[in-house]
Amino acid sequence: MTIESLLIAYGLIAIALFISWHNRLTLEKEVVVASLRATVQLVIMGFLLEMILKIDNYVYLALILLAMTAIAAAISGKRGEQIPHATGIAFTGILIGSVITFAVLAGAGVIGPEAKYIIPLGGMIIGNSMNASSLSMNRLIGELGHQRKRIETLLALGANARQASEWAVRQSVRSALIPVIDSMKIIGLVHLPGIMTGFIIAGGSPLEAVKYQLAIVFMIAGTASLTCMIVTLLAARRCFSSELQLLDAFRPSTA
Amino acid sequence: MLRVSHLSLTKDKPILKDLSFEVQPGEMLTVLGPSGAGKSSLLRCLNRLNPADSGEVFLNGTEVRSLDILDLRRRMGMVFQSPALIPDTVQANVALGPFLRHETVSDNAVQELLKQVGLNSDFMARQVETLSVGEQQRVAFAQVLANKPDVLLLDEPTSALDPTAALTIENLIKDIHSRLHTATVLVTHDIPQALRFNTDTLVMVDGAVLARGNIQDLVNNTANATLQNFFKGELTPNKDTGDEESEF
Repeated sequence: MTIESLLIAYGLIAIALFISWHNRLTLEKEVVVASLRATVQLVIMGFLLEMILKIDNYVYLALILLAMTAIAAAISGKRGEQIPHATGIAFTGILIGSVITFAVLAGAGVIGPEAKYIIPLGGMIIGNSMNASSLSMNRLIGELGHQRKRIETLLALGANARQASEWAVRQSVRSALIPVIDSMKIIGLVHLPGIMTGFIIAGGSPLEAVKYQLAIVFMIAGTASLTCMIVTLLAARRCFSSELQLLDAFRPSTA
Repeated sequence: MLRVSHLSLTKDKPILKDLSFEVQPGEMLTVLGPSGAGKSSLLRCLNRLNPADSGEVFLNGTEVRSLDILDLRRRMGMVFQSPALIPDTVQANVALGPFLRHETVSDNAVQELLKQVGLNSDFMARQVETLSVGEQQRVAFAQVLANKPDVLLLDEPTSALDPTAALTIENLIKDIHSRLHTATVLVTHDIPQALRFNTDTLVMVDGAVLARGNIQDLVNNTANATLQNFFKGELTPNKDTGDEESEF
């Protein structure tokens, strides 16, 4: 693709600006800033990837993946601010979920031993793991509040934290996995996923693209399930005090 | 025997203020007070669902903080305002307390517990979602009784029920108490209900004890103007104190 082609494509932003101006949406400034920001971010990323993909030292590659995991955990932790140690829980869940998925895919030969496979696919695994972690914590907070009466009834009957939160944990994991399961159901029917589209545009055969896409789909499902389970189970235990009281954050104020 | 000594709780504002009382085995104490008096918070401090700031609670002479928390909650059975059963059969719900401790309850024992709360054995296989709220509350009582508690804490157990179901549960409470002689603390805001129970009564206002005695004596106590205002429904709770759990 030439720079001229890209500039013409950028002209599509003018349509968005016209619609905003015509309908008095006052989004013109935001559209221009967002499009410029996307351009700058992607150009920087392009230069960074140029450098990163030349790295052949596995320790450096592992450190880059670890840094990505830490950033993902910090973002995900914000989704579960009411849960004590949410960032640590997110880091543990994302790390374990990603490492296991990565190891299986590397062992199966899906991820080759080069930076050009390790970094993009590793990033994809960590990104999906982060989404699963954020959704899990968000759903858990909702379910603990929603099921508070049942949880406190169980505590009053002599349940421990794991027993009292069992139904909330189950419902949280189920809800957090809905996007992954639903996207597996519609893949190929409603949309052609990005990696498959990219593979075909790059000249790969559609059947080869399908193989890669399937590996990616299974990778996402595996990572999401593992992360969901780990994060929800670890987080649920943190939502009770040492005296087995549901923390105030999940109960209406007694003040 | 249950003994409460100088129990206090503050969360942003005072909820319980230096409460002390005793309930002997076989006795029923009615804790009566307007909404926001701190009655539910008091019960929740007894079985440590809420942490108290200061004061002590003794169960048969042992301070409850020195007891294993799971054992304490088994021994202090609590029935809440509205039943929150697990989505399963009546039998599974009744046997839940022992099940949590990996103990089993025989079919006969479940039938006997259901009989104690006025439900026949046909209910055993029913899913709890198919029951009326009144029937669910009976199951909640059977669930607590299955734990063989030393003390029963009843947190406005009829407030979520229609008047007929409420009267049925009142009779059930009287029946259970007269047969099992379990020390019972019943919380209510309903003065006519307290009069129907006609027991030793502790009147709580703004997190503190206003008076204690037989409900009939308290009603006839014209010397205490605040108490009379409460019985006439003319007492306005202090907005700065004594709030409590609103949804349980």
